[in-house]
Amino acid sequence: MSNWIEIAALEDIPKLGSRVVKTDTMNVAVFRTRDDQVFALKDECPHKQGPLSQGIVSGTTVTCPLHNWKIDLASGCATGPDEGCTNAFNTKVENGKVYLSI
Amino acid sequence: MKEKLVLVGNGMAGVRTLEELLKLDPERYEITVFGAEPWPNYNRIMLSPVLAGEKTVDDIILNDRAWYEDNGITLHTGDPVARIDRVGRKVVTENGEEHSYDRLLIATGSNPFIIPVPGHDKDGVIGFRDIADVEAMLEASKQDKKAVVIGGGLLGLEAANGLMKNGMEVTVVHLMDILMERQLDRPAATLLKRSLEERGMKFLMEAQTSEIMGSGRVQGVKFADGSEIGADLVVMAVGIRPSIELAQSAGIHCERGIVVSDTMQTYDPRIYAVGECVQHRGQTYGLVAPLFEQAKVAANHLAQLGIARYEGSVTSTKLKVTGIDLFSAGEFNEEEGDETLVLQDAAAGVYKKLVIRDDRIKGAVMYGDTMDGTWYFQMLRDGTDVAAMRRTILFGQHDLGDAGHGDETRVAALPDDAEICGCNGVCKGEIVDAIITKGLFTLGDVKAHTKAASSCGSCTGLVESILASTVGEGYDAAPSKKPLCGCTEYSHDEIIAGIRDHELKTMDAVRHFFEWKNPDGCAACRPALNYYLLARWPGEYQDDAQSRFINERAHGNIQKDGTYSVVPRMFGGLCTPSDLRAIADVCEKFDVPEMKVTGGQRIDLFGVKKEDLPAMWKDLSAAGFVSGHAYGKAMRTVKTCAGKTWCRFGTQNSTGLGVRLEELTWGSWMPHKFKLAVSGCPRNCAEATIKDFGVVCVDSGYELHVGGNGGIKVRVTDLLCKVATEEEVLEYCGAFVQKYREEAHYLERTAPWVERVGFDYVKQAIVDDEAQRKALYERFKYGQKFAQIDPWKAVAEGKDQHEFQPIEITAA
Repeated sequence: MSNWIEIAALEDIPKLGSRVVKTDTMNVAVFRTRDDQVFALKDECPHKQGPLSQGIVSGTTVTCPLHNWKIDLASGCATGPDEGCTNAFNTKVENGKVYLSI
Repeated sequence: MKEKLVLVGNGMAGVRTLEELLKLDPERYEITVFGAEPWPNYNRIMLSPVLAGEKTVDDIILNDRAWYEDNGITLHTGDPVARIDRVGRKVVTENGEEHSYDRLLIATGSNPFIIPVPGHDKDGVIGFRDIADVEAMLEASKQDKKAVVIGGGLLGLEAANGLMKNGMEVTVVHLMDILMERQLDRPAATLLKRSLEERGMKFLMEAQTSEIMGSGRVQGVKFADGSEIGADLVVMAVGIRPSIELAQSAGIHCERGIVVSDTMQTYDPRIYAVGECVQHRGQTYGLVAPLFEQAKVAANHLAQLGIARYEGSVTSTKLKVTGIDLFSAGEFNEEEGDETLVLQDAAAGVYKKLVIRDDRIKGAVMYGDTMDGTWYFQMLRDGTDVAAMRRTILFGQHDLGDAGHGDETRVAALPDDAEICGCNGVCKGEIVDAIITKGLFTLGDVKAHTKAASSCGSCTGLVESILASTVGEGYDAAPSKKPLCGCTEYSHDEIIAGIRDHELKTMDAVRHFFEWKNPDGCAACRPALNYYLLARWPGEYQDDAQSRFINERAHGNIQKDGTYSVVPRMFGGLCTPSDLRAIADVCEKFDVPEMKVTGGQRIDLFGVKKEDLPAMWKDLSAAGFVSGHAYGKAMRTVKTCAGKTWCRFGTQNSTGLGVRLEELTWGSWMPHKFKLAVSGCPRNCAEATIKDFGVVCVDSGYELHVGGNGGIKVRVTDLLCKVATEEEVLEYCGAFVQKYREEAHYLERTAPWVERVGFDYVKQAIVDDEAQRKALYERFKYGQKFAQIDPWKAVAEGKDQHEFQPIEITAA
């Protein structure tokens, strides 16, 4: 069922940073970690819908810029003691290209 | 195979050590716990509320049995360890079970001290130490009438209060002539006694127990002077003794407690000890906060990180008798040469005393109004110079200008629905509930779970007071050394000095040198390190955009809907018709929904979409504007008044000076935001005396003021000095800014910085030490060469496009 869409070259996403991908229905935040893992989350914090793409990435978490909730990049869920999840999407990197499946 | 760790003593200190250890290294040990009591780990300091019927035993369980299972810990309850075989490296329980260990942690706690008077072993004589004691008291209160509590200290009074709540007639017998003499001075103790008497408690002071009377069961207590009183229950609460018998019988060196080093190791290095059973640097502790500090250190060594040391604790005390506010800390009885500040209002039942030595708080006793106890305690431990506040310090922190909480000083008396945190709408009841049900002990825990005090922080004192009054002496005040963040054990000051002295020039180098736990750091330390490196190594350190908060990465202020606000810089607040026209054009072109004049005399354009920012900046840049840095931990604005050209009171060219100051300082990154103002006369229309750096022009020159701010806690500036020329104003300003940039902690404004280091220190460096002033000013000007590059223009010309341009895709 995977429906891979090529979105960018890996270098287009800054290390420990993110890019916003605009789709017809929503914004998706695509993150790159220090060791070049790529994750994608719906660009809305489960708390007050803050844009997670604008947060600081460390390890495999991102900290929401609005109220400092820390969201796990793999699951999209807040790390304790906060509770809530945003959608997480599959990604893959092949030959230096990043693909997203929504 | 995993190493075996055995914990003897299933109480708060031991289990806390395990919790800390699991955080650091969950896989290292196979853990087994032996507890004498039949319960899992419970919150011993909550026994008083259980006795008083305010809580149940279930409420005070900290780690239920599922917690042990989830963490792979084997728990043996009700079977105490009888013997330690150090040669065979095993423990033997009373039931004869043997268990070997690679490392052993002793946390056997303490026993109540039972005075060895004749009859002390009669039925009906108990201590007040564990759930069994509480159950015995509750049982007794059902049929018996008269209780005698021996001991008028913290524990005795809490026991007496609990028994009284259960309908017993209670007499407290105390050897001394004042209650709680280890925590209170005479006036406070007198107020406490009066208030307890009003509740029906009876006291026999200076009474020495000589015999417990009765045939089989207790019938009364006899005193040294021959008098006696009847009693159906006698509670001995005269103190505790470290429980050292087990360690002693194993040949481990003990004095009053089990002697441990700064790494919490006993004389047998395989054996650690923490908690009330321990004697460290000659001290034993009976309160919970120090035990938690010990637990952290022991866990650090058990995890073989080996970087933590326990250096002893200063403790504070609260009495958990509902409705009575009492606080005590440090050396509250003055010695010769000490000064005391006293506020006494007998009718209102308020008493506060501070003992001051060399302008530092050494001790505090408070009764009736303890709202500021945690504040005084903080200053006591930090060694804060209080000379400047001494006239108002007794009136509390809110009297220094804390906004928003008015006179709500009696935390214990507040109703559950009183709003404590105005930012996040958190009420007292929610905080108390979270503290109890989730077993919270630290301010950090409470912030994480309730969000109270996690935004602007102005209610921190209130939240700390609630924490202190809810958990009583278990309150775990932040350790005196505060790590920069959870990634490291080192403080801001140590890291600032390390970057300077060891020439650390990259973030990875800093994190490596200071043994960071996470290779990337976190959202708290990354911006701090980026700033420290930038401030220390201008021109050398490469700014890391990904370590900046989004506002500084996008050069605008993120708003709650994800749009940005844009503030063009207008030097000194001056503008021309063509400036305003250019701004108006930009607003129309980009459909800016709202414009506003800011408090700093600039124009704010709200609701700009992120992807429009570069094009908007291009237009503003073409019209001659640079970024106003209204979004950054940076130099913000110079506010000016009408000025001499127009104002009939104006003295110097204040507006022109404001422009020059802004030209000197714009673009500079700071530990926090930094605001300036120049007023043309002492009427001070530019409000220069609540700015980080303010100038008030007078006929003969310029008064320079520093360390003020509006905001959460208003602070009026200190007068630094008076100078004669504009050139001097610039030099002193640059030097002050640089001193602050080099030494303040990240996210510390000048006001708390000046209070922390002392105004005299700042004045000495800037005013008295000409060489230092000139060197600071030169360093500031050098750094500005690299800082005064307009970020808007750079982006408009193509820098960091990835930050602003989304990738557009159409879902198939």
